[in-house]
Order: sequence, then structure tokens, then C-alpha cells
Amino acid sequence: MAEVLVLVEHTDGEVKKVTGELLTLAARLGEPSAVFIGSGFDAAKEALAAHGAAKVYVVEDTEVSSYLVAPSAEVLAKLVADSAPAAVLLASTAEGKEIAARLAVKTGSGVITDATDLTADDGVTAEQQVFGGSTIVRSRVTIGTPIVTVRPNSVAAQRSGAAAERIDVAVELSAAAKGARITDRVVEEKGERPELTEAAIVVSGGRGVGSADNFSVIEALADALGAAVGASRAVTDAGWYPHQHQVGQTGKTVSPQLYVAAGISGAIQHRAGMQTSKTIVAINKDPEAPIFELVDYGVIGDLHVVVPALTDKVRARKG
Amino acid sequence: MNIVVCVKQVPDTWSEKKLDASDSTLDRAATDPVMNEMDEYAVEEALKLQEANGGEVTILCMGPDAATETVRKALSMGADKAIHVVDDALHGSDAVATSLALAKAISKAQEAGPVDLVLLGSESSDARMSVVPAMLAERLGLPQLTFAKEVTVDGSTVSIKRLTDDGYQVVTASTPAVVSVVEKINEPRYPSFKGIMAAKKKPVETYGLTDLGVDAGEVGLGGAWSHVASFESAPPRQAGTVVKDENGDGADKLVEFLASKKFV
Repeated sequence: MAEVLVLVEHTDGEVKKVTGELLTLAARLGEPSAVFIGSGFDAAKEALAAHGAAKVYVVEDTEVSSYLVAPSAEVLAKLVADSAPAAVLLASTAEGKEIAARLAVKTGSGVITDATDLTADDGVTAEQQVFGGSTIVRSRVTIGTPIVTVRPNSVAAQRSGAAAERIDVAVELSAAAKGARITDRVVEEKGERPELTEAAIVVSGGRGVGSADNFSVIEALADALGAAVGASRAVTDAGWYPHQHQVGQTGKTVSPQLYVAAGISGAIQHRAGMQTSKTIVAINKDPEAPIFELVDYGVIGDLHVVVPALTDKVRARKG
Repeated sequence: MNIVVCVKQVPDTWSEKKLDASDSTLDRAATDPVMNEMDEYAVEEALKLQEANGGEVTILCMGPDAATETVRKALSMGADKAIHVVDDALHGSDAVATSLALAKAISKAQEAGPVDLVLLGSESSDARMSVVPAMLAERLGLPQLTFAKEVTVDGSTVSIKRLTDDGYQVVTASTPAVVSVVEKINEPRYPSFKGIMAAKKKPVETYGLTDLGVDAGEVGLGGAWSHVASFESAPPRQAGTVVKDENGDGADKLVEFLASKKFV
């Protein structure tokens, strides 16, 4: 059975949830092999084994992580040449998509981004939900090695024991791969909250929140639910909440189990980023707000009253 | 500092987008065309860099004849000249083919004079793949500085702040380089009346595939490296329950709902 390469997303060996999801999908297509770039493999090994990685190609070279995107694409291109995999899967993050882009050009392969499901029909068939989830498209790569990026939360990660046998890979980076050097990494906020695109629950605030200070109401509900915080464009344009939390067109696309929209009218640009959420709940003063067309449960009311009360009740239930 | 800005004409983001049943490409006739919003930020950033460093700003647009409107808009904002890549064979091109045509056009522009920066939006609002900037860098062999929320040029060094999930990275390269920008990097200017009038006289060169040395088989639907097998409208969401908050019972009802779904 042919290998399927999965690029591991991790922070110093702490494996992101999406990697387990990718390994689960890879097992449908062939034999999952993980590709681990950076330091911390020992910490990552158990998680990779538990999700079915038979082999792990390890590139510890610190040079690879000192430059933007291009070195990772070179590493994968080398592995594609050496192991002729049935497919390469990456997370549909900004960086994952860019690595996939360069890998596609390097290997002469087609690329599909933002897949929400994969099946082994006629090679590899990827399902995407485009135009804000209004259209479902099934596509196949017809040239080269299928390179597919998959959105976090698309499938449930399954456990299946495997060896996660370490195979060290030496790389000699080309000069071209070392063009863009990362000279600093600045963390502007580091909290206990889950990452927006990976979170099982997202609580988002919109124009109705009214001010930057009032956003604490949204944060409190998010914390009570163990959720990530999102924001509509109106909010980030007004500078009430940081840009990286923006959900929608020109922002993040999220697909959590539960999406709570507070004070968000639900313009098409916002829906484009959250419409595929499994369960949608909204709180809005305006009974005509288009967000109510999407909801599983909606409350017409003042979020400044409903949300704090809900936060208390959630806390009480969770004890 | 000479800058090439790639712009794309896309359907207005306020309109519902659909695929054309005959060939599974975007039905562009069904929607109003506009300049891709992220590319407006790229044009603005180019004009600001030009104001600080001199040089020329060239607009590069690949798209059908109708994309002339987007080219004119970019020129009316203040860019100096434009290249419009238009060829019927390009219809249905995927990102890989698009990056090929753009890279060839940039190489052709380089023959006429040095290009220090290639600027573009970090994603188009229709395809939303965010892959063309990286593909262009790969094809041109240039450093990739993408998802910039700030661009700083100092002589032949260009640095960006790259937006990340929890903050930003500082990424530095030597020119020439490919830079993609995110929204909020600046406030794009509106074309002035004078700008609109001046744009009508600015030079626009039109290139077809032969001018770029690209074989028609490498682009378009036939040359795409991935293919749409089928598509359909997503099933509509089932109508949900909407209640009115009366005397503060909204939160009670909501928490009951969340409990019924096992979220609390």
C-alpha cells in the first residue's frame, strides 16, 4: 500500500488536533506517514503513533524553521521524490496552504485547498464547501501527486495504534529556500483559550457588542464554555478586537461543533466564515437579522442582558 | 523602487456566487465584478512605497476583456501603467496555471526594467485559496514575504510583519521579493476625479499567451492540474427555533438548548 504523507502541525512537539484528523483521513487513502519538521519529536511520538502514523520522517534541522515556508516545501518535495506517496495532506492553515502551493509547483502536481472530506474514489477525491458553504464541490487532482490541504475539524480523529518509527531525513536547503528569514516571533496574546480554527466551540461578537471594553462579555461566555473568541469584521475594523480573530470573508473560516454569534447580523461576508458550523446559536436584538436564517437556536434580545446571564448559567451547570 | 501589483477582478462579495453548470467554473456573468478587495490594499501599499522611495508602479491583471474596469480603477488610484493578460484560452485556469501566466508576465516586465517588488493581496475573495503569492515566489525564485500587515523598505532590504494566529512574525529579505498583504495594512484611497481622468491616458499593454511564451495547453480548463468531478448546492439548514427574550428568560431557554445538545 502506498504511503500518504501528512505534514505535522506542532509547537515544540505538542501536536495540534488537526494532525490527528489528517492521519485519520490518510489511513483511508493508504499508509499514513507523518513528516515532522522542527524540534520535539520525542514529545510528539506518542500522539502520532496513536493516530496511526507507521513512519515518521523527522527533520530536526533548525535552519528549516528559520526561513518562511520555502524550506518545508523543499523537504516535502524530496520526500515525494523518494517515496512516491499516493497523496500529501497538510492542514488548511495560512502556512499549510502556502507550503502546498510551492510543493505543487515544485513537483508538477495539482493542489486542492480547504477540503472538508476525502475519499479514495478514483485516486483521491476531495470534497470542499465553497461560497460560504452554499455549494459542495468534489474535485480530483489529475496531474502529479495529489496535494490536499484539509480544514481543521472536518473529521473526528480516530485512534489506531501504529509504530511511529523514526526515520531521520537530512536536507540540504537551496539558496532559494533561504530567501525570507524569520527574524522575530512576537506573541501578542497568549491565553488559555483554544485556537480559533481548531476550537470545538467558538463564541463571536459583532457590532452589537458596542465597544472594545464590552468584549469582556463575549470573553466571559467563551471561557465558561471553553471556547475560542471570534469577531465580525465590523468589530476588527473598529479596532475593538484583534484582526486575527476575524471570522468570515478575508478572515478565518471556522467549522466548530458550536458557533455562538452575539450581536452579529450575519451579512454574507460573515456567513462565508462560519456557515459550516455544526450547531449555530445567535443572540441579536433585531428579529430581522439574517443570522436567524442559519440558526439552530436563536434568541431575540439584548446581548448585554442575555450573554452575561447565559454565562452564569453555564458556569452553574458546569459546577 | 519599481513595483508590479497583481490585481484580480472578482464577483462583488455582497452577491451570491454560483458555479456554471456547463463547465464547473465560476459564473461571472451572474454577479457584479469588482477589484478583489485585498488587492486594493496592495495597490495602496505600492503607491505609499512609491511616494517614499520613487520609482514606478505597474498594474498586472489577468482576466477577460471586462477586467479592463479593474485595471482602470487601479490606474485611477495612481498607478503609472498596466499590463493586461487576456486570452480566451485562459478561461478556467487553476491557481497553478494562473501563477504561470503571471510569472511569465512579470519576467517580461523585468526585461523592460528592474522590478524590485511584486505586491498582491493575500487571497482573492472568490477562490480564497491564498496560494498564488507563494506559487509566484516559487516560480520566480524570489523570497516570499506573505500575509503582511506592515511592510518596511530600507534600501534593498524589505521586512514585513506577517500576521499569525497569536501575533506576528518579522520576516526579512533582499529585493526583489514577492509581498502579499492583508486588509487593515492601510486605508485604500478612493480615486479622485483627476485620477479617473488621468487613468484614461495611462498606457495599458495587452499580452496574449503567445506574447508570454505560454502554450495554450498549459492553462485554462484543459491545462488544469485538478478537476471538478461534480458539484451541488448544499442542503439548506433545517429551520431552527427562534425565541424572544422576555423578562430575562432568553438565557434559560438557551442554556436548556445547549444542555440538550450536551454542550454544557
